[in-house]
Order: sequence, then structure tokens, then C-alpha cells
Amino acid sequence: MSQSFRLAEGGRIDRSRTLAFRFDGRAYAGHPGDTLASALLANGVHLVGRSFKYHRPRGILTAGAEEPNALVGVGRDEGHYTPNLRATQVVLHDGLVAESQNRFPSLERDVGGLTDLFWKFIPAGFYYKTFMWPKTAWTRVFEPRIRAMAGLGRAPEIADAACYAQRYAHCDVLVVGAGPAGIEAALAAASSGARVILCDEQAEPGGALLAETDATLDGADVASFLATRLSWLQAAGQVTILPRTIAFGYFPHNMIGLAQDLTDHLGEPDDTQPRGRLWQVRAREVVIATGAIERPLAFPDNDRPGIMLADAARTYVTRYGVLPGRNAVVFTAHDSAYAAALALHRAGARIAAIADLRPDPSGELVEAARAAGLPIRPGCTLTGTEGRLRVTAATIARRDGGAGERLSCDLVLMSGGFTPSVHLFSQSRGKLRFDPALDAFIPGEPAEACRAAGAAAGTTSLADALASGRAAGEAAATAAGFTAPPAMAIAVANAPAATGGFLGATPHGRNSGAVRAFIDFQNDVTAKDISLALREGFRSVEHVKRYTTNGMATDQGKLSNMNALGIMSAELGRPIPEIGTTTFRMPYTPVPFGYFAGYARGALFEPERHTPIHDWAEEQGAMFEDVGTWKRARYFPREGETMHRAVARECRAVRASVGIFDASTLGKIEIVGPDAAEFLNRMYVNAWTKLKPGRLRYGVLLREDGFVIDDGVIGRLSDTRFHVTTTTGGAPRVLAMMEDYLQTEFPELDVWLTSTTEQYAVIAVQGPRARDVIAPLVEGADISGAAMPHMSMVECRVAGIPARLFRVSFTGELGFEINVPADYGRAVWEAVFDAGRRHDVTAYGTETMHVLRAEKGYIIVGQETDGTATPDDVGLAWAIGKAKPDFVGKRALDRAAFAGQTGRKQLVGLFTEPGDVVLEEGAHLVTDPDRPPPAEILGHVTSAYWSETLGRSIALALVRGGRDRIGETFHVKLSDRAIPVRLTDPVFYDREGARLDG
Amino acid sequence: MLLIPCPHCGERPEIEFAYGGEAHRVRAADPRAVDDASWTDYLYIRRNARGEFEERWRHAHGCGRFFNLRRNTYTDMIDRGAAR
Ligand SMILES: [Zn+2]
Repeated sequence: MSQSFRLAEGGRIDRSRTLAFRFDGRAYAGHPGDTLASALLANGVHLVGRSFKYHRPRGILTAGAEEPNALVGVGRDEGHYTPNLRATQVVLHDGLVAESQNRFPSLERDVGGLTDLFWKFIPAGFYYKTFMWPKTAWTRVFEPRIRAMAGLGRAPEIADAACYAQRYAHCDVLVVGAGPAGIEAALAAASSGARVILCDEQAEPGGALLAETDATLDGADVASFLATRLSWLQAAGQVTILPRTIAFGYFPHNMIGLAQDLTDHLGEPDDTQPRGRLWQVRAREVVIATGAIERPLAFPDNDRPGIMLADAARTYVTRYGVLPGRNAVVFTAHDSAYAAALALHRAGARIAAIADLRPDPSGELVEAARAAGLPIRPGCTLTGTEGRLRVTAATIARRDGGAGERLSCDLVLMSGGFTPSVHLFSQSRGKLRFDPALDAFIPGEPAEACRAAGAAAGTTSLADALASGRAAGEAAATAAGFTAPPAMAIAVANAPAATGGFLGATPHGRNSGAVRAFIDFQNDVTAKDISLALREGFRSVEHVKRYTTNGMATDQGKLSNMNALGIMSAELGRPIPEIGTTTFRMPYTPVPFGYFAGYARGALFEPERHTPIHDWAEEQGAMFEDVGTWKRARYFPREGETMHRAVARECRAVRASVGIFDASTLGKIEIVGPDAAEFLNRMYVNAWTKLKPGRLRYGVLLREDGFVIDDGVIGRLSDTRFHVTTTTGGAPRVLAMMEDYLQTEFPELDVWLTSTTEQYAVIAVQGPRARDVIAPLVEGADISGAAMPHMSMVECRVAGIPARLFRVSFTGELGFEINVPADYGRAVWEAVFDAGRRHDVTAYGTETMHVLRAEKGYIIVGQETDGTATPDDVGLAWAIGKAKPDFVGKRALDRAAFAGQTGRKQLVGLFTEPGDVVLEEGAHLVTDPDRPPPAEILGHVTSAYWSETLGRSIALALVRGGRDRIGETFHVKLSDRAIPVRLTDPVFYDREGARLDG
Repeated sequence: MLLIPCPHCGERPEIEFAYGGEAHRVRAADPRAVDDASWTDYLYIRRNARGEFEERWRHAHGCGRFFNLRRNTYTDMIDRGAAR
């Protein structure tokens, strides 16, 4: 298709090359240097979207990040699809495929457009008013339909095929925005020797200079001035220039998030090349040179395709060589629209009229337009427009009344002045200041080490922007400890200051209830909606924003904020500074999730921890479960075995002969020092002083509030050295807690704490044959029952490897745990397994471990406890060293609130009737199953298993006053029925402990 | 992300640290000498200040040491001279 609106010359595009692209299935052509928006306009396409709520046809309104209408989905296939991109920011490349959003079946014939006929019934806040009742209708009827109708783009349905990079960076001065002010700031800072990062959202640096063709700078045209400045910057050794890089967020202590597009502008990049890079820049000083955003004027029907911001139109002409229309009506309250009118006029467009709200516009630009013979209508307003898919006419009238004049046109340009882009400054929590001369909020007192420059700081001319940038760059360099050499001011010609502006709804003399003047195009918020919110009593700007949705989503106040404030100010009769402004939230523009995920995808999302024996278990066909970030072998099924059958077999094997279990994930902390025993005395409930070297003790750890937080077996190697084990998930928490007490409460104790979790592989050998299995492998120790009783330990060699051998049992059987250096874990495991073959050794997993310990009534912290269980609640009061004056949690337990309390939940066992039902963990105990809810909950099931040993199901539970109610029958509510349960002692098997000795 | 001055390692990003709650809560040398109400306060009552706040941090992924810091909980600004 021909580019019939492409100008023959001018602009920063390369007409020697043609790029083919598709939009909504149709083929078009553009040139390098185009954005998708400029290329569509070159092809005469204005209609690019349907609005959010009313499905109104919408066209390209802007030429930048603030674009509310031209949101498109871009991507050659589903894996590369990105929704909600602003066509004004999408760099054109050959083969680009884009589609419009929020329309069905097509942009031209969108059935959702019927919504627009009923607009009077969809006022502000209609979500809150209409869909309140009945409650279920919201989730079943209204919400799905509203979501389908009102929406931005669709999320891609498959995983992102691209990859993303991330990096940290430090610099002395970060300059955000490479327009005239930003470039000067970067040059000034760089000349001082500071390390500078200059980032800009666009494909080429230059900002407003890229669209400036009239001015001369130091006698040169803008393009060559810009080229020289950039070459200086590139030559300065310590400057990093980042184009296509949006500063999307300002975080505390001068950390700025940048999203750098790396390949979106390329045709079909290799997926191994990152698509984008997230930068986390810590800057000593920041210069915010983010420019200003032109405001729409809020006149009736100001949203038809072909209605555009004046400066955007000028940008399309001068930067992209595109004529956005041939017959334009200009409506303005600001001088800059005259520059736009002149640019269009020179490019061959007809200017039907320039309606200026100001009674007496004057100044260089106005005079230039007058001299060019453009028809200026001072004191005039625009009262309405016509045209369905493209504007066809506009009516202008005197502001003070009188008959309107209908002018045919294919383009309406509007300018309500400029709003400084204070988003980043505001995100940094800097205070905004209202400048009455400018009618705008500008950066005031900063909260971080930053300053604004150029149009973002409120300058209104190119000369001022350059000077302000220079000054800001020097100030930033100075603040960072550098000194910028003095520089000559730049001589600027043919770039007059542009002033003026208007806030709020423009006058139109029509029934304001019957017209729609859009304030927020993206969210379909009109002037009438703001007024309605005020009539309904909303006064706070934040409330009005939420009630009307004004400035929500990607707009974040870019286009809508000031006009809404203008209306509020007029209707409430209060000046804008008294009303205040809404909070500007990050991100400045949307950032794809992939940037934040970065490398943390797939296997790197949450890296798995594997024990040294993991691969062996995998080779044996083990099924694994996640325990924290560990992968643990859950059971080892044989051919055709279900989990139930495998676990039953493993349980039988341990009770009858011997099993081998990988306990390497146990947390381990080495506690060393002259005061190690005293430290343990103060940390654990148990008494440690009298524990002899070579002995083990089961330790219970409380928080200061008296509740059980961890447990584990602790071995004493010598007077000054302990080997502490913790729960699998608890080691970091326990170590951090110990460090806390050691450093801050007991600094007088001479103790070192070292995490040794990953230094040891732990091989548990459990069962009546356990000693027989390992005995041939042990050197340097007598492991006979007499020499090495239950709960003792010895340092020796196992299979030739130095080991800490514990005689300990978590199954109730004779048992050993072999601690060997992790690198030898698998070798020792295989040696033990080989030695065990004679005794029919069986590898078992965590499920069997759970069943066997439950049969013995051994608790698992985090399963039988939930952070509100005291030692006594879970039957561990025996562990407390009664003679100790203090330990962490003791004083809390001694409080009357605990001591005098009855009816606490206590650990008991449960037998179901009948015995083959395995309860659900977490299920509630009640007395009367037939009582309609709410029933009094007397306790809950903490563990429930099939016990192969007992031939029936068992469960552990916490039940109110449970120990005194053993023998009583309760009911456990399952999802479909209630099961009678009888309370029993929590130790189901070998209460005498005879089996511990084999 | 905060930039936190560790008194031993210098300024490091927040992800290297673990928060330690309000500073200057001292565990009584002999808890038995403290009455129930005071101990309950010690356990549960915190200032939860909006504004200047002295708090503990631990350089968990660095030197491992606890230290105190004065931070404004409203502005997140840290008194960089006061780290100790
Ligand atoms: Zn440190």
C-alpha cells in the first residue's frame, strides 16, 4: 500500500529503504526511523483502537509514551506477543506484526460499540452502583462480561519465548532523558570527570530536538548540533548512553530501575539474545530531564480519530516526514500549536482555522502564523466535532457565545499547554510545588539526591532548557564531588518561548449533561464524570481518581491529571494547590514481567537443593517431594507398586530387619567455645552442663514467647564443642536466632556458631539389624550395645571415611546416623547399602520416616506444632531443665497467663472407627457431628497415616485438654462425612522403648 | 531498595540484610525479677513509629553482624552518621 501521507522530504527517516509490516492483517510499508504510529499515519491510518468502556473508535493522539489510545499487541507469534504497547513507542522493523485491541470482530465494525449508545446509563462509579446485588451475580454474570468488554490487551497464552538480562550499575550522575536539557546535563557532568549514565526511552537520543527544525544553535542547524553533542558525549570516556531505556521507577536511596529494550526493534532476533535488560542503577546524583507532556483540551467529542495533540502533529511532520491530515482545525490555548500549524502549513496542509481560547494571543509564534496568512480566531472555542471513524468537521464559536461555524476537516489539533513530567521526581517522594505562572506542578524540595532540569522543571524555551540542563549537570557533578569546567552558553536562534495553557473543561455553551469531553481517554473518563463525583460528595483528589478511574492504568496522570484538577478547582472554587495532586506510581510505562523475572526462570526460579545421595535415589526410581527447597526421596516404589504399597513394604522392612534413609537435609550447626555449654543452656530448654562428651540429647528450642520453634538431637564432642541438628527447614532460622542472642544479649559468652548443614551427609540406618549392617564398616570404635548405648556418639571411620557416628533413633528401632563429609556421602551410602544386602536392607523415604515416627509419637516441629504450642502441649515438658534459672522462653512460660491456663490443646493419638479410615490432616474434632455449624472446634488432626505395623490407621491430634480425655470418643469432620475417633496415648508402638536396643 | 550502611562492610544493598526489629529492647539479666506485665511488654509491645525509628539489622549475607540504625519509617531516609 502506498504511503500517501508521506512527505517527499524532511524528517529523520531513511526513505531509501522500505519496511513491510502488518496491522490487523493488512500489509503496509514504512521506513527506518518510523514508529508504528508514524508509519500508520503515513498510510493514512488514524483509527487504531476502541476505547476501554464505551468502545469508541480512537485514533493516534500523541507521539510518545503518554499515548492512551494506540495500544497494540505486537509479536510475530504467541511466544513473542506483547500486549498494550504504545504504537507511538514501537520502533518499526521489517516484518512487524501488530494488532489492535478491545474490538470484535474488527476495528471498523466493533459490536462493543453498541455500548456507546447507552453511555448515559454508564456513569462514573457504575461498577460500584450497579453490580452490588445479588452477590453471586458479580462473579458469575457481571464480572466476566465486563472483563470481556472492557479490557486492554490479552495476555499471551504460552510462555515467553524470549530471555531477559539484568544488571546492577553504579554511577556518579544518572541523567534521565536525552533531550536538550538531559544532553547538556550529561555533558556538564561528564566534563567534570564523573561517571555518567544517560538513558532515554527513544531509539535515538535527542528528545524534543529530534522534531525541532526551525532553530539554530551556535549557528548550526539542530541536527548537526545534536550530532556534535552526542559525539562529544560518546568521546567522553565515562559516559554510558542507553537508548530505548525507560526509567520506570525511582526507589529509595537513589536506586532507579531502567528497562532497556535490546531486540524489540529488530526483525527476528535470536531467542538466546536477551530481549531486554533490567538495570538497577545506584546513582550518587540524579538529573531528571524527562520533559513535559502536552495536555489535551477537554471539549465535546474531543476523542475522534484524527484529533491529535498539536505538538504530536508537528513531530509527525518534522521528525517522521508524515502529514497527519490535509485539512486541519487547530484549537489551542498555547503558543506551541502555532508552531504546529506552521509546520503543517509548510508541509502543504490547509489550516482551516486556529481557534485560540485566549482573547489576545501574541508573541513570536503567533505573529509568524499571522504573517503566513493562517486564519487566527482569538477568543474562540471548539463546541463539537463530527465523524465516526475519522473526524470530518469541527464547529468553532466565540467563547462568549454566538452562532457556531462548522468547518470541514480531517484533522483537529489541540493544545492545552504542557505538563512537566514529574513522575520520577514524585516517585522519589520529592515535594511538588504549584507554579501559578505555568499552571502546573513542578519539582520542589527533593527527598533524594536529585534535581529536575528542562521542561520537567518548567522551562518554556529551548534556550532555557539547555541552560537548565547545564546547570543541573554541574550541580549534580558538584554534589557528587566533582567540578565541571565553565562552559559557554549556547546561542539559540529561532526558538521562541511558547507560553499559555488551559486547565479543565473548555467552554462550549451546550448542555453539559449531553456532551462528552474526555479527560482520560484511556479510561473513558469525561468532564461530566468528574463533576458527577464532586456532586456525589467526593472531595479528595485521590477519591475522585478511584471513583472515576481517572488517571489509572498506564496513564498515571500523564494526560488526565491536570484537566481533572482544573475541573475540581472550578467546581469547588478552590485553587489547585489546595486540592493537591494524586500520587504518581511506578512504573512510568508498563514493563513486561520478563524484565523482572530475568534469569530467575525454570530451574533457576528457585534452585533445588539436592543431597549427595540424590542421584543414587533417582537411579533407584525414587519419587521425590519438596521439603523447603530440598528435594527429598519420598518413597522407593518397586515395579508396579503404588505409594501405599511401597511405604507399607518400607515400614515392614525397618521394623523387621533394617532400612537406610538419607537424612542429609537435617540442619546442622557447630557450636564451639569455652562457653558453648552455657550458651546451649540459655538457648535450649534442656540442661547441658552435665551432658558428657560422647553423649547425645534431644533438644527443644523455644522462642522468647514460650512456643516451640525447633528441635533436634545435639551431640557433645568435647567440653567445648557441640554438634547441633535442627529440623530440615529450620537451620537458617535457628542460626539467625542463636546469632541474635549471642551478639546482642549474651555477648560475654565466648562461643562461635558455624552452619555445617551442607558439610555432612547423614545416613540413617534403622532397624534390628542396623548394628550388624554397619559393624563391618566401622573402624576405631566399639559400637556394641554396652560400649555405645542409645543416645551416644563416637568419632570413627566408616567405610574408611572419618565419621561422626550417632546412635540415635527416629523410628523407635535400634538405629545409627552416620555423619560423613558431604563429598563422601554417596560412597559411604553405597558401602553401607552393599553391606546391608546380606540383611535385606531397604532404602526408605520421608513418607516411611513419617509413619514410623508417628507410630512412636515423635513430633515434627511445624506439623504437630504451629507456633502456638508450648513444650507441655506437645508432651515435651520432660525435656525442660527444671533447675535452670533461665532459658529462652522460660519467663514467658512462667507467666500466670500460661501457668494458670486450662484447656490448652494437647498432643494425643487418635484411633478411627473403623480402623481403615485414614483421616485428613487439618480436619477438626467436634463432639456432636450432627450439630449444624458453627460447631465448637475442640482440636485438629496434625498427622494421619496408615500404620502397617499396627494394621490400622493412626493419627496425632492437638485436642483441648486432650490428655485428660483419653478414651473418650469424638468425631472428625471430613468433607463428606464424620468419622468417630477415640483418643489414645500418642505413643502407639513399643511404649517401653525395648526395641531401641534391637 | 535501601542502601544500608553496615558498620563493618560499608554501604550494601538491602537484599544482603535481615531486619531485626526495634532496637534497644534489652532482655533483663534476670527475667525472674521482672513482673508478668513488663515481660509481656518486652515480648509483644513495639513502638511501630511513623518517623524516626531506631532499629536493628543484620548483615546476614555479609559479615553476619547485628547493628543498630536510625531510619525514618515514613521517608525511608537513614541517618548515615548514626550507624553503630
Ligand atoms: Zn557487614
